[in-house]
Amino acid sequence: MLVQAFIYLAAAALAVPVAKRLGLGSVLGYLLAGAALGPSVLNLAGSAAELGHFAEFGVVMLLFLVGLELRLSELWAMRARLLGLGGLQVVVTAGLLAALGLAADVAWPAATAGGVILALSSTAIIIQTLQEKRLMGTPGGQATFSILLFQALAIIPILALWPLLGGGGGAGEAGHGAAAAGRPGWQVALGYLGGLAAIIAAGRFLIRPLFRAIARTGLRELFTVAALLVVVGIAAITEAVGLSAALGTFIGGVLLADSEYRHELVADIEPFKGLLLGLFFITVGASLDMPLIAREPVAILALLGAMVLVKSGVLLALGRLFRLGWDQTLLLALVLIVGDEFAFVLISLSRAQGVLGAEQAGLLTATVALSMALTPLLFLAYERIVVPRLIAARAPAKAADEIDPAAVRDHEVIIAGFGRVGHVVGRMLRAHGRTATVLDLDSDYIELIRKLGFKVFYGDATRLDLLHAAGAAHAKIFVVAIDQPAQSLALVETLQKHFPHLTLLVRAEGRVHAYELQKRGVKFFYREMLGSALDLGEATLRQLGHGAHEAHRAARAFRRHDEEAVRALAEHWEDDDVYFSEARKSIEAFEKMFEDDRATPPSDPAWAPAAPEDRSRG
Amino acid sequence: MSVLLQFVHPVARKSRANRALLDAARAVQGVTVNDLYELYPDFHIDVAREQALLEAHAVVVFQHPFYWYSAPALLKEWQDLVLAAGFAYGPGGTRLRGKTLGSALTTGGAAEAYSPTGHNRYPIRALLAPFDQTAHLCGMRYAEPFVVHAAPRLSDAALAEEGARYADWLRALAAGAPV
Ligand SMILES: Cc1cc2nc3c(=O)[nH]c(=O)nc-3n(C[C@H](O)[C@H](O)[C@H](O)COP(=O)(O)O)c2cc1C
Repeated sequence: MLVQAFIYLAAAALAVPVAKRLGLGSVLGYLLAGAALGPSVLNLAGSAAELGHFAEFGVVMLLFLVGLELRLSELWAMRARLLGLGGLQVVVTAGLLAALGLAADVAWPAATAGGVILALSSTAIIIQTLQEKRLMGTPGGQATFSILLFQALAIIPILALWPLLGGGGGAGEAGHGAAAAGRPGWQVALGYLGGLAAIIAAGRFLIRPLFRAIARTGLRELFTVAALLVVVGIAAITEAVGLSAALGTFIGGVLLADSEYRHELVADIEPFKGLLLGLFFITVGASLDMPLIAREPVAILALLGAMVLVKSGVLLALGRLFRLGWDQTLLLALVLIVGDEFAFVLISLSRAQGVLGAEQAGLLTATVALSMALTPLLFLAYERIVVPRLIAARAPAKAADEIDPAAVRDHEVIIAGFGRVGHVVGRMLRAHGRTATVLDLDSDYIELIRKLGFKVFYGDATRLDLLHAAGAAHAKIFVVAIDQPAQSLALVETLQKHFPHLTLLVRAEGRVHAYELQKRGVKFFYREMLGSALDLGEATLRQLGHGAHEAHRAARAFRRHDEEAVRALAEHWEDDDVYFSEARKSIEAFEKMFEDDRATPPSDPAWAPAAPEDRSRG
Repeated sequence: MSVLLQFVHPVARKSRANRALLDAARAVQGVTVNDLYELYPDFHIDVAREQALLEAHAVVVFQHPFYWYSAPALLKEWQDLVLAAGFAYGPGGTRLRGKTLGSALTTGGAAEAYSPTGHNRYPIRALLAPFDQTAHLCGMRYAEPFVVHAAPRLSDAALAEEGARYADWLRALAAGAPV
C-alpha cells in the first residue's frame, strides 16, 4: 500500500507539472500519469480498483465543495438563465446524442446514459481555464458559468433517476453491486426521496449545532475532523439507503452554503479533495483500456466526433438564441465541449447497474478522457484562429461604414479599451468637451456602452488599417487602456512603429507590465491597482486614528516613492538577485522616510523659545 | 447666535494646544465644529457645502496654529474658493454681511516677541490685518482675536486654563457681545 501510494504520488508529481508546462492543465496530467501506470504501459498501477474506491471519495468531496459554492438564494436569482440556457443545453444535447446512439442500434438505456454522460462538461477544467485566460467576466464566460451551474444542479435528478435506466430497460446486463438491484425503479426512486429528506433534516438540525459547539471549543483541528465527519457521514448515510454518496454530499454542501461555517468547511476539505481527486483521475487514467482503444479507434473517434459536433452545435444555437455575439458564442461552444469528471462516476455507476456493458463503458471513458485532452487544443484554436478570423471577417466591414474618417478627424485622443479603466478616461474627456475616438474588442460590451450614449467602434486596435481608420495619423494622444498586457504591448509596438508622433498613455497591469513598457520607452504608464491600493491604505490609516490629511499625504508620498522605484527597478528586474536587494532597499528607504517624519508638516520646536527670556527665536 | 468653528490643523493628532482648545470649544452650546483638514485632506473643498454652512451661522471662527505669520495652507485655499465673488463680495456678494469673524490662534512665539522690539517685530494684531480686511470686505465685523502665546511651552494645566478662557470668548461671541 505504501509503495503504491509512493508510485501514484511520484507519477502525479512528475506528470502534472509537465502537463501544466505544456498548457494542458492538471487534470490531463493526472490522466496521463494514470495511463502511464496502467496495465498496458508500465503496469505499475497494481490493484487500481482497490485504490479507485478510495479515490472516488475525491469526487464525493468535489461535489460537496461544488455544493458549498451554490447558495440557494443566488441560484434563485439567476433561475431564468440557468433553466433556459443550462436546461436546454443538457436536455437537447443529451437527447440528440441519445438519438444518435439509438440510430446506431444501441439499447435505449445505454444510449440515454451515454447521451447524458457526454452532455456534461467539466466544471473544474473549464473554470480553471477561463480564469487562467481571464475570460470569466466576458458574457461568454458568464453564460458558460450558468450552464455549469445548471449541470451541477442537474446531478441531483440525474443521480436520483439513474436507477430507472437499470430497472426499466431489458437490454442492460444484470446489475451487480448496486444497492438498488432487484427492485422496481419507482420503488427505488421513492426510497431515494426519503433519503434526501433525511439529509436535508440532518443539515438543518444536526450539522449546524454540531459546528457551533465545536466552534466554541476553539480547537482548529477539531474543525477538520468535524468537516470530514460531515462529508463521510453524509456519504455513509446516503449509500446506506442506496443513494449515491456524491449526490448526498452535494445536497449537504448546498444546505451548508448559507451557513456561517462555509469558509472553514471549504478550507478544511479542499486539500483532501485535491489529493483524492488527483488520485481519482489517476485511477481513471490507469483504467483506460488501451487495447480497446487500439482495437476500436474508429468507434472512439466516431463517439468523440459526435460529442464535439452535437455539443458545439447545440451551444452555437443557444448562444445566438440568448443573444450573445459571435465571438462569445464561439467561446461558449468551444469551452463546454470538454467532458465532465463526473461522467466517470456515472460510467462506473452505469456499469454497476448493468446499464452499460464493459466495452461501452470503456469506449465512453476513453472518449471523455480524450475530450479533456482536446480542451487545451480547442482553446488554442479559439485564441489563435477564431478570434483573429472573426475580427478579420468583421472589422473591415464595420470599420468601413462606422468610422467615418471625416467624423473622427478632429479627435485629438484615441482610447483603446473602454472597460473599467478606459471608460472613466472617456467620460472625463467628454465632460470637458474633448471627444475621443474609442475602440473596443468586446462586441457585447460595446452594445451595452452604446445604449449609454457612447460611440464605440468595434475592432482590434492592434490592426494597422483600423488604426488608420480611427485617425491615428491625426490624433495627438493615444490612451492604451486594454486589460491584456500582451495585447497592450503589441499595440504599443505598432503605434511606436507607425505613428511615432503619438503621446502614449498606457494602463499597466502591474509591475512586470510596467517594466515591459519602460523597456519600450513608454514614459506614461499607470498601474491599474495602485490607485485603489493607496485608497485602501489611506482608509486603513484613517481608521487607525491618523488624520485624514496625514493619511492622504502618506498615500501621496507612497505613490511618488513607488513611481520612482518602479522606474529605478525596471533595469534590474530580469536579474533576480540584484532586483530583490534593490527592491528591499527601496522599501526600507520608504519606511525610513516616515521614521524621519518628513512626510507630515513638522511641529518644529524652534518656533517656541526654550525660555521666556530667550528672544533669539519665535 | 450660532458659531461656525473652522478648525484648521494639518496634523491634529500631534497637536497639543489646538486640541485642548477644541475640546473646550466642543462643550460650548451652539458651536458647530468644521474640521477642514479632516474634510478636505486633498484640498478639494466642497464649496457649496461650505457656503451653506456660512449662511447658517452668524459667527465664524478660524481656529488654527500660527504658521509663518498666517494660517495653515488649507485655510487660504478655503478663502480663495469659498469667499467667492457674488457670494462674499463684489456685486451681489452680500451673503456674509452683518456676520462676525473671529481668529483664535496659538503661536510658538511668546507675547513679548510680537512687539516692535521683539524678534517678530510686529504685534500680532498687525499680522492679522489680512483677516481683518477680509472680514471688512465681506461686510463682517472682525472680533478681537483670541491668542495663546508660547503654546508649545505651556503645561497641560495651563492649556486647560486657556481652554476655559477660550470657551468664555466663544460664549461672548455667540451672545453677540462686542469683543
Ligand atoms: C510650519 C510651521 C510654521 C510655524 N510658524 C510660526 C510662526 O510664524 N510664528 C510662531 O509664533 N510660531 C510658529 N510655529 C509654531 C506653531 O505656531 C506652534 O507649534 C503651534 O501653535 C502649537 O500648536 P499645536 O500644539 O496645536 O500644534 C510654526 C510651526 C510650524 C510647524
